[in-house]
Amino acid sequence: MKYLFLLVALIVANAALADDGMLILQNRCASCHELSGPAAQSVQELWQRKGPDLFYAGSKYNAEWLEKWLVKPRRIRPAGHHPIQHIKPGNKRDMIDTTTLRPHPALSPNDAKKVTKALMKLKATAEMMGTAVFKGGSISVSFGEMVFDKFNGCMACHEIEPGYGGLSGPEVYTAAKRYQADYLVSFITDPQAWNPKTPMPNRHVSAPNIQKIVQYLQALAKENWDEKK
Amino acid sequence: MRKNKLFLTLFVSLLMLSSAAWSDDAEDNYKNYCWQCHGMTGDGMGLNVQDMSVQPRDHTSAKAMGGRSDADLFKVIKEGGLAIDKSVLMPPWRDSLSDDEIHDLVKYLRKLCQCG
Repeated sequence: MKYLFLLVALIVANAALADDGMLILQNRCASCHELSGPAAQSVQELWQRKGPDLFYAGSKYNAEWLEKWLVKPRRIRPAGHHPIQHIKPGNKRDMIDTTTLRPHPALSPNDAKKVTKALMKLKATAEMMGTAVFKGGSISVSFGEMVFDKFNGCMACHEIEPGYGGLSGPEVYTAAKRYQADYLVSFITDPQAWNPKTPMPNRHVSAPNIQKIVQYLQALAKENWDEKK
Repeated sequence: MRKNKLFLTLFVSLLMLSSAAWSDDAEDNYKNYCWQCHGMTGDGMGLNVQDMSVQPRDHTSAKAMGGRSDADLFKVIKEGGLAIDKSVLMPPWRDSLSDDEIHDLVKYLRKLCQCG
């Protein structure tokens, strides 16, 4: 009986935290992030969204990573959310215009906990998730890099270690810390199901190779990149 | 009865419009999908080129682009570099762009290179 009371109290407390978190999201985050969907239906609409859509955050992010990041945010996309808004012509190639990049606001640990609780309740639809899931397993970083880069060319847009790789997409060496494995499988399988106008192409990577790519991202995420930077 | 039919047709049309992603113009599509590698001016010196094993094509060069037919350009945008025995770094865009949008992009490329 005592344990039942404690369980009910815990559920009620969690629900209250999530309610508080949704209020914070609506007041402080909704001007940059879409909280109720749908995804942008035109390129112009996409460019008006200042940050990633969050209406499926609970199916995308790892809660532990999310809560820590909200307290101490750091840039994940070297050229910002929409690179076309943050680049300028350079001598040898287009360069990131760092003067146009703004840091993400930091939350207090208490607010970050509430916001994370609220975000984890926002789930993707079955159509977005599809049927593919991560099946586990592991791969060496060197073999994973061949699948990721040589066979599929993903490094063209993504950094596989700090300072190495493409700059228009988000860094991938921390992707497995940030994202749920099933989300990664689903997004690589059909990016347009999540966001019809995303600059991420559907490369029609084979199902076995998608598993290998997610295994590779997990191997990369085990490295201590903060120490190596 | 006719009024009901008209209302139903309008309703279904609106529903179809709201559920389908819009068709974007070629300049917007070029910025959203092509700039990252082919560059703001289309000269092949985009943001991502530093660590690329193969450099993206210079779309402003009549010499580099003149040898490619419209059908080749359509194919490489839709199906990716491997479809015309070129680099895997050029991805297929068939899930992001409709055939009409790809045809518009081919015309846009012809303006950039002033060729063909």
